[in-house]
Amino acid sequence: MSTLQEAPPPLATAEPAKKSPRGRGRLTPYWLLLPGLLWLVVFFALPMIYQASTSVQTGSLEDGYKVTWHFATYWDALVEYWPQFLRSVLYAAAATVLCLLLGYPLAYLIAFRAGRWRNLIMVLVIAPFFTSFLIRTLAWKTILADSGPVVHALNSLHVLDLTSWIGWTSGDRVLATPLAVVCGLTYNFLPFMILPLYTSLERIDGRLHEAAGDLYAKPSTTFRKVTFPLSMPGVVSGTLLTFIPAAGDYVNAELLGSTDTRMIGNVIQTQFLRILDYPTAAALSFILMAAILLMVTVYIRRSGTEDLV
Amino acid sequence: MTTDNSGDVRLSGISKTYDNGFTAVHPLDLTVPQGSFFALLGASGCGKTTTLRMIAGLEEPSTGTVHLGDQDVTLLPPYKRPVNTVFQSYALFPHLDIFENVAFGLRRRGIKSVKKQVEEMLELVQLGEQARKKPHQLSGGQQQRVAVARALINHPKVLLLDEPLGALDLKLRRQMQLELKRIQTEVGITFVHVTHDQEEAMTMADTVAVMNAGRVEQLGAPSDLYENPRTTFVANFLGTSNLIEAEVGTGNGDDLVLKAGGGKLILPRARCSAPATAGGKVLVGIRPEKIALTHADDAGTIPEGRNRLTGRIADASFIGVSTQYVIDSPVCDELAVYVQNVERDGRLVPGAEVVLHWSPAHTFGLDATQDIDAGVETVEEEAA
Repeated sequence: MSTLQEAPPPLATAEPAKKSPRGRGRLTPYWLLLPGLLWLVVFFALPMIYQASTSVQTGSLEDGYKVTWHFATYWDALVEYWPQFLRSVLYAAAATVLCLLLGYPLAYLIAFRAGRWRNLIMVLVIAPFFTSFLIRTLAWKTILADSGPVVHALNSLHVLDLTSWIGWTSGDRVLATPLAVVCGLTYNFLPFMILPLYTSLERIDGRLHEAAGDLYAKPSTTFRKVTFPLSMPGVVSGTLLTFIPAAGDYVNAELLGSTDTRMIGNVIQTQFLRILDYPTAAALSFILMAAILLMVTVYIRRSGTEDLV
Repeated sequence: MTTDNSGDVRLSGISKTYDNGFTAVHPLDLTVPQGSFFALLGASGCGKTTTLRMIAGLEEPSTGTVHLGDQDVTLLPPYKRPVNTVFQSYALFPHLDIFENVAFGLRRRGIKSVKKQVEEMLELVQLGEQARKKPHQLSGGQQQRVAVARALINHPKVLLLDEPLGALDLKLRRQMQLELKRIQTEVGITFVHVTHDQEEAMTMADTVAVMNAGRVEQLGAPSDLYENPRTTFVANFLGTSNLIEAEVGTGNGDDLVLKAGGGKLILPRARCSAPATAGGKVLVGIRPEKIALTHADDAGTIPEGRNRLTGRIADASFIGVSTQYVIDSPVCDELAVYVQNVERDGRLVPGAEVVLHWSPAHTFGLDATQDIDAGVETVEEEAA
């Protein structure tokens, strides 16, 4: 036993630190949290509680609404509007896939090949945000106009025959079809895909590409086995940032679609602003939120990104 | 009987000039024979890593060719070259575990049953237990061994090592040097090792090429480079040298007689790499440990025929196995002298008048037109 050679316990030095006047500093993180927390309570938690109570109210606009714990509203809303729910998920999923297909090559180019053009391209990616969402969406009305060059070109290439056959367009039109809505969604949410993809691609150490090449991986194999797996955090956050807002969007369906392309966002908007059936609108919002939460949870579990970072 | 030369590395007239006009490597001819442990030694930015990357195929040479054995690989992309690299920062794949990192090269070449080979390789580098861990869960030394295993498992013709020990602490580095040397002897693969650490290069390599500013200054066995440096850069970069400017006097046969200050120094003609014409200048070099120190009172006991200089001890530092003196002499300030601590003379303290003397056979001569301080490691370089 050589207890004599043991170092003295560090208690002796830890004690004065506790008593030091700077002990107040331990509260600093909480002070820093306060503004954000207040913001969340006022603009997220309170409205949520208010909406939750609205969703279980009954009554009419003339007599006023009262909380009667009428949960049947949820079931009724689901039964009546499930086609719009399904359509929202399908359109959002299609737009997300398109965003990924368009955004990944661009993010890859910016991260690895752009050189001194990198910042310029990044500015161009964000540039659409400088104009209003509505104006940009309305611009697509012009682009996809029935007599416009895009529709004309698609028509003469017989692309519209194909898309009509699978039900994305009808006849010689693109406007007021599912394709137009998905195009609008894709266009509007593309930057939300590119930015996280770029961030995670840019973080990849270029020497890993060299190492893969050195270990007999062709460039395509290097992409499959090294680059893409390492960019998964960006793929996951990019798809979430695209899918979630796209599923709840109503502007694109409103401006570019028809009554046959109404998404759940349009239903909620109509219930709230035109029919003034607040309980149904609130219940639909909560169903949408629950559905998205469920899908996102499954998705994150499946993609196993937790242990990537 | 023909010897296998498929592991020869032959660089002919290879050079690299970047788009911005910077020439990292000037046209260079170099042959590394099969099975040798070859070191490219130089300070950062001397072109050694660029040379290595041209062998790996990660950098395209501006001129010249790279041959592996009889095969011209100059135009082959890295994934088609029978060469593997241990990268400076290891570049392990963070998303794959240790087993898959090591198996990566085998799988890319379409080998299905990798389990046995990978396990054997992990045993060789003593990491069998860590197979299912991710790289970030390992220490620096373990990651370094994974990087070596990942390259060696492919049985490359040539293994390239780019400062593989740079990130390790001193003790671990010494251990890994011996380990790498052992592995190299065992597998018999040609190793080309890039390093800025002269001690590392000398302990590990059979042949060392000292590079400076994109050129090979001198190439040879470590002892040859150390004993017979041909440029001031090599003399100063490999260990320490005392360089004294001297005037060439009359030569007699095999020896040159030089005048430095008031005294005469003998230099064997064969050990002088500079053209020595009477009246011209040369730099006389002598390694600090070759010099003996005698107190000025005992100057008479010094045998005849040795080169002598007088001076005064400016500083003495005792470092256990030896004592390092700094001596001011009329011909040169700050001469370094290392004396083994066998029989210490108590009179050799700062301020004492001494005679420095050494065997002429240990003297070397260099061209005096060079920068006398080339290759001296300054404090800033050390920090960088």
